[in-house]
Amino acid sequence: MATGNQTQDRQGLTLIAPPFLYAVLVMAAPLLTIVAYSFLKDGYLTVIREFTLENYRAVWADPIFHKIMLRSLGVAGLVTLVTVALAFPVAYFLSFVVDPRKKSMWLFLITIPFWTSYLIRVFLWKVILGYNGVVNSGLKSLGIIEQPLSFLLYNVNSMVMTLAHAYAPFAILPIYIALEKIDRSLLEAGRDLGESRAMTFWRVTLPLAMPGVVAASLIVFIPTIGDYVTPALIGGGKIPMIANMIQSQMLDQDNRPMGSALAVTAMLIVAAISLIFMAMNRRFLKVRQ
Amino acid sequence: MKPGAGLRAYALLYLLFLYAPILLLPVFAFNSGTIIAFPLKGFTTQWFTQMFENASLRQALGNSLTIAVSSSIFATCLGIFAARASTRFDFPGKGPVMGLIMLPLVLPEIIVSISLLVVLLSLGVQLTVLTVILGHTLICMPYATVILSTAFNSLDRSLEEAAYDLGETRWSAFRLVILPLVMPGIISSLLMSFTISLDEFIIAFFLAGNEPTLPTYIYSQLRFPKQIPMIMALGTMLVVLSVILLTVAEYFRRRGIAKTGATDSGGFL
Repeated sequence: MATGNQTQDRQGLTLIAPPFLYAVLVMAAPLLTIVAYSFLKDGYLTVIREFTLENYRAVWADPIFHKIMLRSLGVAGLVTLVTVALAFPVAYFLSFVVDPRKKSMWLFLITIPFWTSYLIRVFLWKVILGYNGVVNSGLKSLGIIEQPLSFLLYNVNSMVMTLAHAYAPFAILPIYIALEKIDRSLLEAGRDLGESRAMTFWRVTLPLAMPGVVAASLIVFIPTIGDYVTPALIGGGKIPMIANMIQSQMLDQDNRPMGSALAVTAMLIVAAISLIFMAMNRRFLKVRQ
Repeated sequence: MKPGAGLRAYALLYLLFLYAPILLLPVFAFNSGTIIAFPLKGFTTQWFTQMFENASLRQALGNSLTIAVSSSIFATCLGIFAARASTRFDFPGKGPVMGLIMLPLVLPEIIVSISLLVVLLSLGVQLTVLTVILGHTLICMPYATVILSTAFNSLDRSLEEAAYDLGETRWSAFRLVILPLVMPGIISSLLMSFTISLDEFIIAFFLAGNEPTLPTYIYSQLRFPKQIPMIMALGTMLVVLSVILLTVAEYFRRRGIAKTGATDSGGFL
């Protein structure tokens, strides 16, 4: 069957070639270019082709970078925690309580807001929390407050809230899938062996759901840390996150090597954190059914 | 109390939290007050009229439609190749290759768009609608691949073999047997990609040059308080359109699953 396998291989490779080449040309090659730029020198409006580690040295020595990177990590971490904690009971409800015939309707309802314009959803929070916004004017017309509350918008809390809302459906699906995979007889076994409902959840359900929780955390954490719109709109442009800093270096200041070094450093930090997070949960991830 | 009643109440509250901001869109799109605040004034459709009379908005709509139609077709074509290859064949390096194709799902869009922008600028490529299509095709491709993989996965391989035995060539078997069976998946993938592209902001913001798309037009108007009611009207239209498209996509996805006799495992992802 050696020849059979070879034709199989060839057919598979021929088929996969167009999407693979597209991903290489439009994504991988630009990413490698960024990596290459990060080791080059910046001349005014040009890039000097000379190897240097100066950009990385400058990034790591920059107190603004430290501040913005820590803020981005803090915001993304908090958003992840809030999103996953709020999503878990919903995923549990979907998997264990909802009538199987109604499951896809529930999933559909939960995913719709996720597909509707992200920009509009973020902007709506600005409208809701603003000085003359929905919350303030609502409270005022009800006579609860006299002066608008100014602490609602343009701070880290409102950014966390907006992002947690925007990424909420992201967290439900992976957890739901992990819960669906759990063999229900394991839970019965737990109960039969005298564990209480809560203990069965703690010792059987939760460990088996952990791969989903880990996936959900990463799926929320990685895009939120690179979010550009929320700091610009909800943070009022004065509380930048790392994406805004990269954009400003690359375009406003036109320092591509420096912007590239920033982007690569941020990606490495995110990758390292993701790997550490997965390693911390490796005893759960090893469980295969 | 029924078991799970507390959970059900929580899930309903959660849904309300998810939908609450979106539900404000139509409320203020039809409100005659010029600022987005309570108490509501009267009922009006003037923001919709203003929207339809706006020339730059029409241009943005035209651009958005061009981009969304092209990207959804390209992404779905590439997705067909990827889904067919990954469900039917084993080939060396399959894991990493599929990983690369699915990578745009997790890569922050800012990284995708900035790196692509830098390359395009240094190649001297003019930023137009075409460059946005390039980016949107890339980010729609993983979604198309996932949807189509489900469609191809539920195919019975013996149908294809029967077609070969009856003298069809590889291509005619694909066209006459496989394609009609995965058609619901293809339509679902086209609609999903269209919706993603229509709503996408970051890539359009960086790669469109001076060409507005609907989201970048909205972004540019957010600075002007006078324009906000019209943006609420536009947002209402966009959300209604997305929901319709998604519902149709979901209908086709389910029909595809029913056609091949598999059971529905739910959800797009």
